[in-house]
Amino acid sequence: MTRPPLTSDRAMTARADFAPLITDARNPGTALDLDWVASVQANTSAIERRAATLPGRRSVKKDYQAAWLARAISCIDLTTLAGDDTPGRVRRLCAKARQPARAEILDAIGLPDLTVGAVCVYHDMIAPAVEALEGSGIPVAAVSTGFPAGLSPFHLRVREIEESVKAGAAEIDIVISRRHVLTGDWQALYDEMKTFRAACGEAHVKAILATGELGTLRNVARASLVCMMAGADFIKTSTGKESVNATLPVSLVMIRAIRAYEAATGFRVGYKPAGGISKAKDAVTYLALMKEELGDPWLRPDLFRFGASSLLGDIERQLEHHLTGSYSAGWRHAMG
Amino acid sequence: MTIPEIFETMDYGPAPESDAEARAWIARHEGRFGPFIGGSFAKPGETFATRNPATGETLAQVTQGTTEDVDAAVKAARKAFPAWSKLSGHQRARHLYALARLLQKHSRLFAVLESMDNGKPIRESRDIDVPLAQRHFYYHAGLAQLRDAEVPDHSPHGVCGQIVPWNFPLLMLSWKIAPALAAGNTVVLKPAEYTSLTALLFADICVEAGLPKGVVNIVTGDGATGAALVDHPDVNKIAFTGSTDVGRKLREATAGTGKALTLELGGKSPYIVFDDADIDSAIEGLVDAIWFNQGQVCCAGSRLLVQEGIAEDFHTRLKARMAKLRAGDPLDKSIDIGAIVDPVQLDRIKALVGGNEDGETHHAPIDLPAKGCFYPPTLITGLSSASHLMQEEIFGPVLVSTTFRTPGEAVEIANNTRYGLAATLWTENVNLALDVAPKLVSGVVWVNATNLFDAAAGFGGVRESGFGREGGWEGLAAYLKPDIATKAVKPAKPADPAQEEFTGIDRTAKMYIGGSQARPDSGYSRPVTSPKGKILGHVGLANRKDLRNAVEAANKAAGWGRTTGHLRAQILYYMAENLSARGGEFASRISDLTGATAKTAAGEVEMSLDRLFTYAAWADKFDGAAKTVPIRGVALAMNEPVGTIGVFCPDEAPLLGPISLMAPAVAMGNRAILVASESAPLALTDLYQVLDTSDLPGGVVNILTGQHGELATQMAGHMDIDAVWSFSAADISRTIEKAAAGNLKRTWVNHGRNPDWTTPAGEGKRFLQAATEVKTIWVPYGE
Repeated sequence: MTRPPLTSDRAMTARADFAPLITDARNPGTALDLDWVASVQANTSAIERRAATLPGRRSVKKDYQAAWLARAISCIDLTTLAGDDTPGRVRRLCAKARQPARAEILDAIGLPDLTVGAVCVYHDMIAPAVEALEGSGIPVAAVSTGFPAGLSPFHLRVREIEESVKAGAAEIDIVISRRHVLTGDWQALYDEMKTFRAACGEAHVKAILATGELGTLRNVARASLVCMMAGADFIKTSTGKESVNATLPVSLVMIRAIRAYEAATGFRVGYKPAGGISKAKDAVTYLALMKEELGDPWLRPDLFRFGASSLLGDIERQLEHHLTGSYSAGWRHAMG
Repeated sequence: MTIPEIFETMDYGPAPESDAEARAWIARHEGRFGPFIGGSFAKPGETFATRNPATGETLAQVTQGTTEDVDAAVKAARKAFPAWSKLSGHQRARHLYALARLLQKHSRLFAVLESMDNGKPIRESRDIDVPLAQRHFYYHAGLAQLRDAEVPDHSPHGVCGQIVPWNFPLLMLSWKIAPALAAGNTVVLKPAEYTSLTALLFADICVEAGLPKGVVNIVTGDGATGAALVDHPDVNKIAFTGSTDVGRKLREATAGTGKALTLELGGKSPYIVFDDADIDSAIEGLVDAIWFNQGQVCCAGSRLLVQEGIAEDFHTRLKARMAKLRAGDPLDKSIDIGAIVDPVQLDRIKALVGGNEDGETHHAPIDLPAKGCFYPPTLITGLSSASHLMQEEIFGPVLVSTTFRTPGEAVEIANNTRYGLAATLWTENVNLALDVAPKLVSGVVWVNATNLFDAAAGFGGVRESGFGREGGWEGLAAYLKPDIATKAVKPAKPADPAQEEFTGIDRTAKMYIGGSQARPDSGYSRPVTSPKGKILGHVGLANRKDLRNAVEAANKAAGWGRTTGHLRAQILYYMAENLSARGGEFASRISDLTGATAKTAAGEVEMSLDRLFTYAAWADKFDGAAKTVPIRGVALAMNEPVGTIGVFCPDEAPLLGPISLMAPAVAMGNRAILVASESAPLALTDLYQVLDTSDLPGGVVNILTGQHGELATQMAGHMDIDAVWSFSAADISRTIEKAAAGNLKRTWVNHGRNPDWTTPAGEGKRFLQAATEVKTIWVPYGE
């Protein structure tokens, strides 16, 4: 990412002067600072090099690996976003969210109450999900605003948010209008995001940038910043429906934007990579990336989520391997 | 800690790489190593301990190689040379390929052993050092295969003595051995005394690969062993990587011996960040620049130059990044900073930083192991160019920083150093990047990246960072010599001036400095006679002040190097045109000076015209290259002028000789200071009129007359001259090579033997190569 605005020293002094004020209060957003947006740089080759070497720079083994994998579970937005979703399918997913691994595995690692971070569904599946998760403390997240393309009438997109919140979604994953980014219309993006945020009310809002459709990392960086200025609680890579979803380079750009935003404003915005993360090893790499570039607060579900459907299965197998020393099989673990 | 506790703290925990295999290998050698000579390990002699710097533990005993050991190794290499050099390129390629494959098969063993012996993080030895070493052997298997066809009329030097440092023990071994073997040389390599083990493991794989006995010999030991190797009379080439101080000694020690020499020495490489850079990436780059291998990297970006407007922000973010570095057990897979190689080095770093009173010193607030050689990543801000630590190579994890205002000032500060190994610049502006990169005085420039290496790309320095390139075709060239017929030069015996009656008007040839005629500062002159003693005129005797003036004039004409090849060609053609117009006059001058027949003399003039045309032709055709490196991007090899070249001209061929040397220098954009032949200077002093009328800017070519013996020391010792060539009849090769150690200027001397200037041996690419230095500019791209 880039420097905070050159026009002001607040960027770098913020951290020192306002450090005691940093809380996990929701990001209220800021005015749109177009100078800052314009100054953002992202050098693709350098970012790719950092991303490529990161997995070789950090490694967690044995109990540490088990603990990190458990942490990854706690950050999963267990997701089903298919046209053939039914209440039954969603109830099964919610049961998995409550009991993300076999009880004896969780007991053995000393985390019997471990659950995933949230369950993520389409609007019509909110009600069965809320019902199935009642009493678990697991929030229901709903994708919204004409997901995945975000090209339905604007007033309907706003209305969809309101309906989802009314239906019980505690988190709303909105999709931005990619055309605003591709045409450099930052004001339009800012206004759109601000409207979505307002429509969410108390529900937290995750801004899906659909990075695979933004063309350049520079666009990813700028869009990240504008969405945070407009009050996003989380920024999220992808819908899972683009041809390219979460990648380490894209993640690096987005979390550096989060870091710059925190340095300038004191507000912490969360990060959610989504799509394409299916291996336990990848999950550990993502956690290491968060720890290295942003710090430990971003290793918790209030600031970090994986948007994933098959990741949990691989983690379960790895945990069983950790306990038994033998590689596991998928059918030994309950499907979600 | 329990899993639920780790679940809360999210610490990394230990992730140790096993050292069992490495210890087993040491044990197989019973923990004691003799030198590897003639295909097997000799009995250990007097030994010293090689230690793990992270723990202080003794890993093995290694032999202190004696003069006798070195002699035995050189003999073994000499014995192996004829057969090895006569192998076809393809056969040598098979051997190099076998070494590459074995390096790959034993890659983890090499990596672990390297980290144990050197203290570098296993991440680096595993992911960088060892893969680059493998790549070097693969690449050079290819060069061996192609060399016969692509570099004809060249021969290997013979036995190469190679001395490598402790910072990249295996990688530097590969950079030395692979090209030497590809070219057909045999080698005696001395690893650094701190880090001998991977070289000894390499000896094992030479046996495993079936490499003919004696082709590779490894003699361990300290500087005394190295000195014995350098001084050995049967070594034909010395290649050294290490400190500038030792490099200087090697230059002096080999002076006049005829041993070829390449030196890859120290650096204080600038790391320039412009205000439009991707700052987070530039900061991450610094981690790979100065905190790579604990900063013990000759080309480390150790001098941070940040544009003033972003400096405060940059330093703040940099400090935050430093706080995330992890120091500790080099064999831990999650470690960024390992151990300093030896307590001696640690003390040196502490003394240098402790002795500094300028600026503000910030140590990364991170945990260091309680014992072992560890030093925290350190940033010293607020320094100026005058600060000691901005000039002195620290060779540790210490970054020094200053600011600049404009691109011009950045270049000025960057070049304000005795060194010239590497430079890094960060900007998102392609115009700025491609403008600044060529202006940086260094052998390598990285744009928006740092410490990128590859076997296909040349690596090496300018100024006191040494000379010679490693990697690519240019690296192979350092292990080959052209097959050129030469004959011993005979100093013309000065004839006694005949006591003859003076007739006509007195003509004393002036010197030519900065485009004007100049009288000698000394006020002395001497007669020039024909072989029969007839006085042909007088020339002044230049002294050190005349030389000083010529160097000043030459350096004022530095803009010549930035002119186009097309323009330089035009001027060379124009010189030929003007020389041709006065051909008769020059021919009779040559006859007078040498006693040559009119026909021979006219032939020399004609050949001189031919030669001017040759280099006019080359002026816009000695192209660089875009190297095929394994990144998305280009590595540009640019042929840059060397700078100011002092040239001692030959006695034979009084016109053709100087032109054969001046023309390639000028064509490539250098400035030349020509010292005319002692016995036959007048053809060259006449030439200034041709230069004057050919639009050559003043100072590009300067002409001195005087005694070579006297001027050689002055010329080679002058700190503002970049290279000295000598084809003099006087015995000055040793003098020049020795005095050149002062600023490690490039030298090209004849050791008393010259080519026949009238043959193709008197021109061609080797002259162009001597007149240029390859700069490798790495430009990764992608949006």
